Amino acid sequence: MKFDTPATKNPIDRLAVVGQPVDRIDGPLKTTGTARYAYEHHDAVAHPAYGYVVGAGIAKGTIRSMDLADAKASPGVLAIVTADNAGPLGKGDKNTALLLGGPKIEHYHQAIALVVAESFEQARSAARRIHVDYAREPGAFDLARARDSAVKPGTGKPDSAVGDFDGAFAAAAVKLDATYTTPDQSHAMMEPHASTALWDGDKLVIWTSNQMVAWGVADVAKTLGIPKEKVHLMSPFIGGGFGGKLFVRADAILAALGARAAKRPVKVALPRPLMFNNTTHRPATIQRIRLGATREGKLTAIAHESWSGDLPGGKPETAVDQTRLLYAGANRMTALRLAELDLAEANAMRAPGEAPGLMALEIAIDEMAQKLGIDPIQFRIANDTQVDPEHPERPFSKRRLIDCLNVGAEKFGWKARNPRPASTRDGRWLAGLGVAAAFRNNLVTKSGARVRLGKDGIVTVETDMTDIGTGSYTIIAQTAAEMMGVPLHRVVVRLGDSDYPVSSGSGGQWGGNSSTAGVYAACTKLREAVVAKLGLAGEAEFVDGRVRAGGRDVALADAAKGGELVAEDAMEYGDLAERYQQSTFGAHFVEVRVDAATGETRVKRMLAVCAAGRILNPKTARSQVIGAMTMGVGAALSEHLVVDRNAGFFVNHDLAGYEVPVHADIPHLDVVFLDETDPMSSPMKAKGIAELGICGVAAAVANAIHHATGIRVRDYPITLDKLLDRLPPSTDA
Amino acid sequence: MNESDAIDPSRRDALVFGRDLLLGGAAARWAGPSPAQAATANDPQAPVTVKLTLRVNGTAKSLALDTRTTLLDALREHLHLTGTKKGCDHGQCGACTVIAGGRRINACLSLAVMHDGDEITTIEGLGAPGHLHPMQAAFVRHDAYQCGYCTPGQICSSVAMLEELRRGIPSHAGADVAAAPTATPDELRERMSGNICRCGAYSNIIDAIGEVAGVRT
Repeated sequence: MKFDTPATKNPIDRLAVVGQPVDRIDGPLKTTGTARYAYEHHDAVAHPAYGYVVGAGIAKGTIRSMDLADAKASPGVLAIVTADNAGPLGKGDKNTALLLGGPKIEHYHQAIALVVAESFEQARSAARRIHVDYAREPGAFDLARARDSAVKPGTGKPDSAVGDFDGAFAAAAVKLDATYTTPDQSHAMMEPHASTALWDGDKLVIWTSNQMVAWGVADVAKTLGIPKEKVHLMSPFIGGGFGGKLFVRADAILAALGARAAKRPVKVALPRPLMFNNTTHRPATIQRIRLGATREGKLTAIAHESWSGDLPGGKPETAVDQTRLLYAGANRMTALRLAELDLAEANAMRAPGEAPGLMALEIAIDEMAQKLGIDPIQFRIANDTQVDPEHPERPFSKRRLIDCLNVGAEKFGWKARNPRPASTRDGRWLAGLGVAAAFRNNLVTKSGARVRLGKDGIVTVETDMTDIGTGSYTIIAQTAAEMMGVPLHRVVVRLGDSDYPVSSGSGGQWGGNSSTAGVYAACTKLREAVVAKLGLAGEAEFVDGRVRAGGRDVALADAAKGGELVAEDAMEYGDLAERYQQSTFGAHFVEVRVDAATGETRVKRMLAVCAAGRILNPKTARSQVIGAMTMGVGAALSEHLVVDRNAGFFVNHDLAGYEVPVHADIPHLDVVFLDETDPMSSPMKAKGIAELGICGVAAAVANAIHHATGIRVRDYPITLDKLLDRLPPSTDA
Repeated sequence: MNESDAIDPSRRDALVFGRDLLLGGAAARWAGPSPAQAATANDPQAPVTVKLTLRVNGTAKSLALDTRTTLLDALREHLHLTGTKKGCDHGQCGACTVIAGGRRINACLSLAVMHDGDEITTIEGLGAPGHLHPMQAAFVRHDAYQCGYCTPGQICSSVAMLEELRRGIPSHAGADVAAAPTATPDELRERMSGNICRCGAYSNIIDAIGEVAGVRT
């Protein structure tokens, strides 16, 4: 099915099931520990062997020699896989560094060996008896030092320019020129990257924790040099991804190689302390923003430049993307520059581009509003645009940023805010309110599904879509229930299996809308098959387990009396996304308390107002937003992969050193969804929500801290040491 | 969903869904050699094993384990109770929280041999699909999870935590350590802070626990 004209009325609009805040259908499994993750398929694989990954102890250089003798002689050891004995390996299209390194080492903790043993304890013990002699080479690990060597990247759209930025900025009555930094960050999902692999003849059967099943199949096949048809990849439950499981990682490849070497099923999980340097991360950025405005508060010049680093062959963090679209202004430029660094691979983490980009831009907007003496909400409203500022012939499909700001201001009590920084005390605390705009592009991508109508009237959906905590199982069931006119409990959803039709997968907040649109397409075909089978004529209505058309009223299950009906289709997209700029919008409001003596920041209240098309399930969508807000608080206040600039690795590579928010850091969170549909997006009229929620959060916290203390911190995270020497004089409250 | 044949809808969902994913009772399709077959009897470096009995969810389980085996791996790899999760294996995340002798502990920081004869309650012991513990049901109602990986630990931790509150054990969040603690939201947050949820369901988790504890959050 092709979606190339705006959606009109369709069966989803009934909203009997879609749009309802139903509980997750996989909730009883997740809350009882019976949902099975990649390392837990004891039901299908008895007595697997255990693989333990060895990571490189240097950041750059070569392995001179590897002495495996002690490890091989260790009890229970079945096989040891290294680049030396693994046979020829390719590199996945989505990987920058090799997943099994050696003799060349590209980054610290790059996997260099897998020890396979009868038990986990034996594999771990033997792994420590591998003796490696390295020839270390100097590398580049410091973005600030590498900044001047950064180049225009060869991929994507590194530069943009409209009008005469330099002239307009020079002539602007009020100017801001500020530089911001964001640190390297880690996904730190709760389930480590894990895989169970076995060889069934020449066919690889693998369970791996992966957001993108079809990408996974392709890259496993390419890396191992086997046909895609010989890979059966399953990922029914994923213990968090946030972009860190978009790509095949070392656990999958090494489990496959280990299983081949040991002639046994093998399972491998990355040890937590290996994850931070072995896998991908969100790279640090340096961002320079220049804004020029009239005294009345109209932006006339906008420039945003960003520098980030990655391994050779890698990509930049696209931190300027939102600045091309978020505010009006006749003269503008953006530029991305990429430096080569020898840290672990930089790649996508929740809202790549916009999340770090807005961390900078939305402080800059707050700073400019302050310079102008204009309320930051009014300043944003005054510079709204309803068209793509770089291509004014392209309107936004829907853009309700102003509504988000106004609704939020009303609900959060913004009017009562004293605009003067450091003006409000609450005992020993300095109190502050901050706001930021949220913006994230809406992506749609081809997604397929197969739908079965069984003799018992049960509707079964099969698609290789994944549920990474987003609620895919539930919204797909809701979509099929709505389309086929059956209650939710009459729908079975099977996900995350490469035997099923290829879906959008989960990433870039495209999954919810795209995958349900694919189910819509398959259900449309199944409806046609039902109508034909039942010999009905005219427009058919599917309601309450019945099919009504041309004055007849037949049980849906009757269509499958003679045998199961099966329909498969995919939703594909025309050029609506080119003709209309599709984005999601929001506004984040934060109230903080900063300890007047210690500089410790506590978040007291938070509110997000989101405009993101139709909300398919307000309960699961709200969870996506509060989760993103929570991650945004981490980005603002604590998350920072600290680089050892000499040895070249992230020092704090575990969950004690890399500080993500815990219960005590997060208050009750409020979320408001504006009632909206976007017919340009898909027949679901929905858009992405899971990444919008993090966009702008950290800046709203930073702006609240500024309001509380009068201190402008432009380097994340905003830890107390950055406030301590500048706190306002204590009144000893 | 007012059909005459509908029973408890949440239970129906679980049954239809669970049947599909659990492959309950079916024999494993693929198998390596069993440990008995694999053991080389005359290996001088063979691991030191100890026989012990764990009373898990009310059932005695006798095991012969490598002494290095954590309680967590004993549960997951030897008893196949995979509801208890390995998030960090270092006592930093709380995903492996189980209740041992009435106290919540990180199963990854405890060797199995330290628990010979102990009563261990895991998430599987609290409830099952169709027969949810009140805390499990509250987590479903409040959408107090996303990916589900920290969830069993959050639930085991919260059940034991409410018991700690009932027993009057003080916390950092209380204004007066001598006074009986109450289940305020800040108390709950403080006491649950050893259980990380990277999906960020904290706000909903506290709502779910608060509902079971009978307080407004």
